[in-house]
Amino acid sequence: MDSDDDFNSSQMSDEEFMGDQDSDMSLGDDSDYQDDVGFETQDKDIKPTKHSYEVEFKVFNPAEIQSHQDKQVEEVSSILGQEPEATAILLRHLRWNKERLIDRYMEQQNEVLEDAGLGETLHTHPPRIEQVPGFACDICCEDGEDLDTFAMKCEHRFCVDCYKQYLQTKIKDEGEAARIRCPGDACNRIVDSKSLQLLVTGDLKNRYQELLTRTYVDDKENLRWCPAPNCVYAVQCPVKDRDLKKIVPTVHCECGHFFCFGCSQNDHQPAPCALVKKWMKKCEDDSETANWISANTKECPKCASTIEKNGGCNHMTCRKCRNEFCWMCMGVWSEHGTSWYNCNRFEEKSGFEARDAQAKSRQSLERYLHYYNRYANHEQSAKLDKDIYLKTEKKMTQLQNTTGMSWIEVQFMDSASQALQQCRQTLKWTYAFAYYLARNNLTEIFEDNQKDLEMAVENLSEMFEKPIDQLKGLKVEMMDKTAYCNKRRIILLEDTADNLKSGRFFWCFQFMLLDMMLTID
Amino acid sequence: MSLSKRIIKETQRLAEDAVPGISAVPHDDNLRYFDVTIDGPSQSPYEGGVFKAELFLPDDYPMTPPKIRFLTRIYHPNIDRLGRICLDVLKSNWSPALQIRTILLSIQALLGAPNPDDPLANDVAQAWKQDEQAAIQTAREWTEKHAKP
Ligand SMILES: [Zn+2]
Ligand SMILES: [Zn+2]
Ligand SMILES: [Zn+2]
Ligand SMILES: [Zn+2]
Ligand SMILES: [Zn+2]
Repeated sequence: MDSDDDFNSSQMSDEEFMGDQDSDMSLGDDSDYQDDVGFETQDKDIKPTKHSYEVEFKVFNPAEIQSHQDKQVEEVSSILGQEPEATAILLRHLRWNKERLIDRYMEQQNEVLEDAGLGETLHTHPPRIEQVPGFACDICCEDGEDLDTFAMKCEHRFCVDCYKQYLQTKIKDEGEAARIRCPGDACNRIVDSKSLQLLVTGDLKNRYQELLTRTYVDDKENLRWCPAPNCVYAVQCPVKDRDLKKIVPTVHCECGHFFCFGCSQNDHQPAPCALVKKWMKKCEDDSETANWISANTKECPKCASTIEKNGGCNHMTCRKCRNEFCWMCMGVWSEHGTSWYNCNRFEEKSGFEARDAQAKSRQSLERYLHYYNRYANHEQSAKLDKDIYLKTEKKMTQLQNTTGMSWIEVQFMDSASQALQQCRQTLKWTYAFAYYLARNNLTEIFEDNQKDLEMAVENLSEMFEKPIDQLKGLKVEMMDKTAYCNKRRIILLEDTADNLKSGRFFWCFQFMLLDMMLTID
Repeated sequence: MSLSKRIIKETQRLAEDAVPGISAVPHDDNLRYFDVTIDGPSQSPYEGGVFKAELFLPDDYPMTPPKIRFLTRIYHPNIDRLGRICLDVLKSNWSPALQIRTILLSIQALLGAPNPDDPLANDVAQAWKQDEQAAIQTAREWTEKHAKP
C-alpha cells in the first residue's frame, strides 16, 4: 500500500469524526493522559499511519480509569463548591456528563441536589450511627436501647444490621452501586458515598469500588469494556452510534482481543454492525431451517407426485412421469441453458424469472444458502486456525531441532498462521456483506477483491500441509504469500471502508430492511 | 439478625389485626407459605369475586420481596395466565420496610386500577386498549365464572 495515500485518507477521516466530537471525549483531552498511557504499543508509535478502515482508540487499565474518575470528581467539585463525595454522586447521577451537570447545577441547584438524593449539604449533618430510645426496626422488628441504628437525612431509620444487609443484597446480589436507594418504602434518596463508607466494610467495599468503576465506563459513550473473558481493560474510541452505518470500528485490546467498538462482537470488518446483527439473527432463525426442510421436497409440476431433492443438481427428473424440470424455477429443463447455475458467484440471470411465489422463495433461499455456506465454511476454517496455530508452534520447534534454524528464522510460520486467521475472519464477513449488497458496478469490484483474497488465503493455507522437511526451502515463498494475503486484505478493507464511508453501497431491500444504513447524510 | 422475629410479628398482626377484604394464613407445616384471598374491589369488574393466591417468603425476605401468584383465573392486563403479577413494588420498587399486608393492599389496588400500558398479559392489554368496555365485560364474566365462592 502506498503509505502517503494511507496517511492522507486517514487524516481526512479523522477530521470527519473528530469534527463530531464534543467535550465528552474527555479521557482523551487530558494532556497528562497521553503521558501515562505507557502501554501504547510500539507499533503504533513507529507507524502512526492508519488505513481508512482503522479507527483511533486507546486502551486503559483499571488504575487509569479510577484515577481519571477521581480527577474529574476533584475538578467538578471545585467548580460546584461541593464535597468530592457529593460531587461523585452528582456526576454518576448525570451519567458523567460534566457539562450538563454544571449547567443544571448553576440553574437549579436545589432541584439537582434533590434529584440526586442530596437534598441538603452533607457536611452540616455527617452520617453517623446512633442509638435512639424507643426505636423499633421496621425490617427485623428488633428493638432496644442499645440497638445501633442508621438513617440518612430522609429519617428512614433502620438498625445497622438491616441497613448493612440491605446494602449487601444490593451490591453483591443485584450489582448496584451508583444508584442504591434508601431502604425506606418509596424513598428516592440515593445512599451517598459517605454513608456507604460507614456501612460497607470488608470484601464488600472492594466489590462496591469495582462496581463504581464499571458504572463509569458503562456511562461513557466513548468507553467500552473489552468483552474478552477476565479482561480488565477498557477501550476508548470516538466513534458514536450514529457513525456505525459508515464505519466499522474494530479495536485491539491490550489482551490481544480484536473486537468491534460499536457492538462488542468479535471483529467483523468489513460488515457494518447493523448488517452483522441482521445476519446473525437470520442464521439463527428457525423459520429459515423450516424453509430449508420444506424446500427439499416438491411436487412435480406435471403429475404432482412428491419429489425429493437429494443431490446438488438442479436438473430433476420425475420418476413417475419422466418430466424433466428445473428445481429452482420448476420450469421445463430443456428451456434452460446448462451454465446458468454456475455456482461460483450467485447469478441472478436477467432472463430468469421466478414464475410464482414458491419459486421466488426458493430462489431467495438458494441465494441465502450460497452465501451462508461460504460464511460458515470460513467460520469453520477460522476455528481450525487455532489448530493450525498450535501445529505451527510444534512445527517451528521441530524445525529448530531438525534443521538448525534459529527461532527468528522460523517466525515466518507464525506470521503466516496469524495472517490466515485474520484473513479468514474478514472473508467470512464478506459473505454476509455480499448477501445484503445490491448489485451495481461496486459489487463487482467487491466480489473481485473477495475472490482475490480468497485465492491468496487458500494458496497460503495449502502450504501448511507440506511436510516439515520441505518447509525450510519454502520460507521465501511462504513469506511472499503471507505478505500477499495481508495486502489483499488491506485492499479489500480499504476499498470497502471508503465506499461505506461515502455511502456508495446500496443494500438489497428484498432481503432486509436496513433503512438506518440506507440513510445517506 | 432474626428475620423469623419479623415473620412471626407479621403473621401475628395479620391474624389479630386483619385488613378487611384480605386474608393471609400460613401453612402449619411451612410458616413461609401463605394461603391468600383478596376480595375484588368495589366499583371494579372484580367486585363480588374472591381471588385466591399463594404467597411465599424466600429465605432472604424481607431483603427480597415475597413471591405471589394468583390461583384463581383472572382477566387483567397486569396478570398473566399463570397468575403472575406485574407490580413495581414486587420488583424494582420493593423495600424491606414493606410488609405482606401492604403488598396485598397494593395488589388489591391494582385490581381496581388496571394498567394496560405496562402489560404482562399482552392479549388482555391489547383488548383493554382497543375496547375498554368489552374488556371490562369479559373481566366481569371471568369473575362470575371463576371467582364466586
Ligand atoms: Zn429514605
Ligand atoms: Zn433491623
Ligand atoms: Zn481485552
Ligand atoms: Zn459491530
Ligand atoms: Zn429453471
